[in-house]
Amino acid sequence: MADLLKTPLYDLHVSLGAKMVEFAGYAMPVQYAAGVMKEHLHTRAAAGLFDVSHMGQVILKADSFETVALALEGLIPVSVAALQPGRQRYGFFTDETGGILDDLMFANRGDHVFMVVNAACKAEDLAHMRAHLGGVEITEITDRALIALQGPEAEAALAALAPAVADMKFMDVLTTEMLGAEVWISRSGYTGEDGFEISIPEASAEEIARALLADDRVLPIGLGARDSLRLEAGLCLYGHDIDTSTSPVEAGLNWAIQKVRRTGGERAGGFPGADRILSELADGPSRLRVGLLPDGRAPMREGTALFADETAAEPVGHVTSGAFGPTLQAPMSMGYLPVTLGTPGTTVYGEVRGKRLPATVAELPFVPARFKR
Amino acid sequence: MKFTEEHEWLRPEDDVVVVGITEHAAEQLGDIVFVELPEVGTEVSKDDECVVIESVKAASDILAPIDGEIVEVNDALIDNPAMVNDDPLGEAWFFKIKPADASQMDDYMSESEYKDMIS
Repeated sequence: MADLLKTPLYDLHVSLGAKMVEFAGYAMPVQYAAGVMKEHLHTRAAAGLFDVSHMGQVILKADSFETVALALEGLIPVSVAALQPGRQRYGFFTDETGGILDDLMFANRGDHVFMVVNAACKAEDLAHMRAHLGGVEITEITDRALIALQGPEAEAALAALAPAVADMKFMDVLTTEMLGAEVWISRSGYTGEDGFEISIPEASAEEIARALLADDRVLPIGLGARDSLRLEAGLCLYGHDIDTSTSPVEAGLNWAIQKVRRTGGERAGGFPGADRILSELADGPSRLRVGLLPDGRAPMREGTALFADETAAEPVGHVTSGAFGPTLQAPMSMGYLPVTLGTPGTTVYGEVRGKRLPATVAELPFVPARFKR
Repeated sequence: MKFTEEHEWLRPEDDVVVVGITEHAAEQLGDIVFVELPEVGTEVSKDDECVVIESVKAASDILAPIDGEIVEVNDALIDNPAMVNDDPLGEAWFFKIKPADASQMDDYMSESEYKDMIS
């Protein structure tokens, strides 16, 4: 643990009795005293506070938002230029083969773009942007914490300290004050619940986190429950469900690629891997990310080989994320299957400890999202 | 009652031995969501994998602590794996084994020795 990076909330986690583990080079809380199951259920029932300060926060600046936006469109297949001030979008960096280098959130904050990227990818992302975004000033923000407050009571708990958040809708971003500190808030998250992500100057991070935790509705939540929450919500974890070997179309992320960037659109193509991604959008991919519900109680974890039937010699795909869903009260997995086997209701077989166990292809998400649109 | 370094407890009961995991082990594993038990009648050797338990975090094996025959398993755990967290030393035993050589029990720790090991 000694060599690991610490977030501004490290001392708080330790004082709350968190079990700390290594994640992407950081010492992070995997769970607190309540445990993964209770933390998960509490987030869906009330509100959970997550430290996501390990993630990369980046500001992209040029002479105007539009300059940054058009440059960024050279690296991601998403419409950045059409993003209105005060709004945020989901996107991903693609590589020349049409694989995914990282997934991310980016916001139009008036004269600049604010971006949040995965902890494990942030160094590569920064290098990638610095190499390809000529004329754009790229600044990694290293003096701010990032927390997420998620769940049906998140708005009430946060509005007690920052009343302006009550008027925000899903994917709005806002600059306001909490306990005298300037905070950058987005109404978003990665749990399928309504909620917020809040960028806080590191000097105020613990005070603000403690003020939120003082609210009876709010419990601290570790990475364990963060993972089961995002899996129930059908959301991809980079490095598991998506990576350079998966295209955005295979991953079912078509919704994030607006018409304007597709064939026939005003700013079609022009991003790495456009040939493959545009043709997969037009003709369909050969395999797809799907949800899987194992028929029994045995979880099918990451790496579980998937077979078309009980005797086939060769697997047709594998599980990329798998766990027990505390809200679902059943095991759940995501993985890749040939399109021919990807229709919900199809039975496939996962090999668990040498046994072929049936699982049914299911619609994602497993638990419906409850965003405030 | 005896304890193993693998955090199992063994409780002799007439001519069989009841096996479960300790409170410390259940706490370390976290919320248990799945238990797979051996079939009654299975002959096992010491250190054979005979139970699979999965928590929200990961899968782990429970090894046969002694040689013998599995004579009874706790089917209630299949539908209610959370019992392992709620009552690991009581209701949530895993299986009963008829020892081939009861002296194998002698190698294991007493409760106070086990407590010293985990403290």
